[in-house]
Parts: sequence; C-alpha cells; structure tokens
Amino acid sequence: MIYTAGIDVGSTYTKAVILSEDDRIVGRGLLKTGFKLNEAAERALQQALTQVNLDQNDLDYLATTGYGRFQVSSRNVNVTDLTAAARGARFLFPHTRTILDVGGQTMKASRLDEQGKVRSFRLNDKCAAGTGAFLEKTARYLGFSTEEIGPLVATSKQVVPISGVCAVFAESEVINHLSQGSSPADIMHGAIVSLVDRSVQLMKRVQMEPEFTLVGGILRFETMVRVIREKLGAHVNVPDGDLVQYTAALGAALLARHRLLKLREQSAIAA
Amino acid sequence: MAYAAGVDVGSTQTKAIILDEERRIVSRALIDTGANVMLAAENAYVAALQNGNIREEEVEYVVGTGYGRYKVTFGDTQITEISCHGRGAVHMFPGTRTVVDMGGQDTKAIRVSPNGEIIDFCMNDKCAAGTGRFLGAAASALEIPLSDLGPTALRAEKAVKISTTCTVFAESEVVSWLGKGKKIEDILLGVHQSIASRSLSLMRRVGIEPEVTFTGGVARNIGMVTALNEMLGFAVNVGEDSHYMGALGAALFAMDRILSGRVPLTGNNTVCKEGAT
Repeated sequence: MIYTAGIDVGSTYTKAVILSEDDRIVGRGLLKTGFKLNEAAERALQQALTQVNLDQNDLDYLATTGYGRFQVSSRNVNVTDLTAAARGARFLFPHTRTILDVGGQTMKASRLDEQGKVRSFRLNDKCAAGTGAFLEKTARYLGFSTEEIGPLVATSKQVVPISGVCAVFAESEVINHLSQGSSPADIMHGAIVSLVDRSVQLMKRVQMEPEFTLVGGILRFETMVRVIREKLGAHVNVPDGDLVQYTAALGAALLARHRLLKLREQSAIAA
Repeated sequence: MAYAAGVDVGSTQTKAIILDEERRIVSRALIDTGANVMLAAENAYVAALQNGNIREEEVEYVVGTGYGRYKVTFGDTQITEISCHGRGAVHMFPGTRTVVDMGGQDTKAIRVSPNGEIIDFCMNDKCAAGTGRFLGAAASALEIPLSDLGPTALRAEKAVKISTTCTVFAESEVVSWLGKGKKIEDILLGVHQSIASRSLSLMRRVGIEPEVTFTGGVARNIGMVTALNEMLGFAVNVGEDSHYMGALGAALFAMDRILSGRVPLTGNNTVCKEGAT
C-alpha cells in the first residue's frame, strides 16, 4: 500500500492529511500554526499518523503547501496553495471551475480550465478586512471566540450592516451598534455579509464561471456559505464538514502521489 | 477680557484650548474620548475652564473640531480638523508649509499657504495602517506602555523590517519577530519606520515643502519624530503643544470671530453658524 501525505501550513492553522493508494483519507491532523512552522507541521503530521497507526517511515512521499511550506524540513516536495487547493477541489468536485479559498489571513479566488489547471487568480493577503481575521476580530470585539462564531450567527434574525473597510476600525463600528441595542448575532451576520461582498469581488476579478467550490477554514461557517450562495445566485460546492479546511492538504497529498508514481515510472524506464 | 476656546474631539483623545485676546494659550486640557463623545467634549472643556480659572461666561466663542465636532453641543460653530491643524501649525511655527498630523485613527498630510490657508490635503482614514493604532497594536503585542515605544525604539541598533501593511497582521508579525529572538528595540524601530514611510508617501501626494510641522497625539512620540527627521533629511517642527494643534487652531478661529465682531447673541448659540469650512 502506498501512503502519501500533504501538509498545509497556513497562517492560522496547520492541516495534515494522509492518503492511501485507493484514494481514502485515512488520517487527519489539525492545530494552530503559531510561530514555529516546522514544529507545527511535524505535530500535525504526527496526529494524522497516529490515527492510522503508521509512523513517518511508512510514508512514501510528503508534499507541503501553504505559506509555511518551505519551512518543513522533512518534505519531499512543495506545491503552491493555489495548485494544491485546485487539485483537492477537483478531486472532490470534478466540475469545479472557480475556487474561493478563505483562510485566517488570506483570501484567494482562482479560475481553472477544463483540465483543472489554474488559469487566473487573485489574492488578498495585505488587508485583514478581506480575510478570516476580520471575523475573528469582530467576534473578539463582541466578546466571543472564533469557535463561537458559527452558533452565534445561527441565532441572527437580521443583518446589521458593517462597512468592512478595516478590521481595526470595525471595532468602533461594533461598539456603536452594540450601544444602539443591536444584537451581537446580527452584527456578526453583518460582518459575514461584508466579507462575502469582498469574496465575490475577488471572484469577479478572475472571471468566475460555474461550478463554484468553496474551501478554507472560514467556510466552516454555514452562514458564510449561505450568504455566498445567495449573492452568486448559484449552486456552490462545499466539501463535507471539516474537510473544507483540509482541501489544500488533500490536494498536496494527491500531488505527492502523482509525483511519486511519475518518479517510479521514470526509474523503471531507466532500469 | 474675552476668551476663545477650541475643542478638538479626536477618535482617541479630546483636547481643549482657551486663548486670551492676545492669542496666548491660557489653559489646556486633555482627556480620553471614550464611548460618550458628547460627554468627552464637555468634560475636556470644563477641565480647561477649571485649569485656567475661567468662568464659562467669559468665553465668548467656542469652536468644535475633530471627528466628534458635531457633538460639541455648546460650540458656536464647527470647523474641520484639516483647517484647524493648518491654522494652529502656522500660528505656532510661522514657517510651516506642510503639516503631518498623526492621530489615533488617521494620518493626514496638509499643505498650507504662508497665511495658514489649506492648499491641499490627503488622508489615511479608511485603513488603520500608518496611524496611531499601528503603534497601539505593537505596544499591546510587546506588552509595553504606549509612552515607552519611542524611547525604546531610540535604543535600537538595527531595525527589523516590518513587511505587513495591515495593523492586524502587523501585530502577529511583531510577535513572530520576538519569537525569532529579535530585540524589542529593533522591532520597534522597524515599526516606527514603517509608519513614518507611510506618512511620507501621504506627504508626497500633497508635495513636501519645508518647514514640516508634526501635529497630533503621535507627535509626542520621540521615536516617530526621529524616524520622520531621518526620512525627510531635515528636522520637523514639534513642540510641547503639538498634540493640541487642532484645538489651538479651533481656538484661533474662535478668537478671529470675536475680534471681528461676529459674536453670537448672548444665550443663543444657534445664530452664528456660518463660515464652517
């Protein structure tokens, strides 16, 4: 049995996936990235290996992706986030043509051709207002943790408009709304709508076309998915449950296997 | 003796200045704005009256400025902080042609004529990068008081280049540099340089013409003064009252109205609302 692994060292979370030869995800690991990127990657991988009773020697090939991909010393290869997310998204939803990836500190939109190659992309990693950090900050101003965003916003009855121009200036806006009696749930809802507006702008700039697939940790929030669906007026693919967060790691593991098989083929020819 | 007052309600702090007929500063007050902007304006004004031992009826004209200027309910009129900073800077440093105002939530570059009129201005108010908030974020990430930032940065040997633009991301960048073993003073020098370079590009957009006067709350930060001086290649004007410049300008406009006879009728503050720029 061939086992390959993909580790996605993101700005906020590090994700690891172990893939078996028969296309099953047999192990997963997830933890906060922190500032020691190599360590985070090793620990996430270890978590995933433990789930399937494997150790690192059982792995045939390891690919890394995400902003910390160069920091992982045990990698066999590294691939860009866009390539990894594209591979993962196409594996789960073969007709994917546009991907929106919203992470803790980045937002990316990319358009794929029929073969699944990235044809066009746009990213925002300069301004927190267009990333998950905006929701995290808004939640903190409201006195909630990131984990509480989902349940909180599920109770919202209406949307309080949040300008979403700057994650820092949102603080005074949030305080204003609270003092005027708006509920935290409705304010959070407003923050999500504002983040979705930015997402759709980014998707327009890559000349999006269906099918749309949404990936990244921020898409764990069902409200985010619903608002995007409403804004696009189209069906959107979303990987099941936690898998949404692992899409790029999965893509990396798939690319690792692709690379491994190619290398074996070459050495077989040479022999 | 007639007095004139200026109240500058900023996003972070509220400042009040009272002038006599010779346009001398006779009293000043500074408080945190907090959540109740109207109350902050009142409190700062009352504190200035008390500090100067001046009765309210002796003040004939009050001008409100700053982002909360319309909450200065006792004011006779409101004038934008752009006009007030320009006016205050030229009054205090008559050679002023360019003003850089760094406040808690915005940074402005203002070009003024020799008589203090505004020729052009440019501001950063949509994004917290390059404003006082950037320093606030660094201070909280490094867990040191705001007032220690400048002096600490001056002890640096080699600046750590801060690569992020966004204040939110800068906070994590600062912590990550600390985690990589960089010294606090070197990180802070990088933070100051990053803000100074942002304000310099704002200033370039209005045209940098010496003398440059540095106003606003961040002007109290010696590290920022030094960073600006080094990047400009000459020294900016900065004084003890630099963070009162908006309130001073407002008070000067108020005194203009008094001296030109445009005083509102007693007990009716709504008569003289014209002339807001």
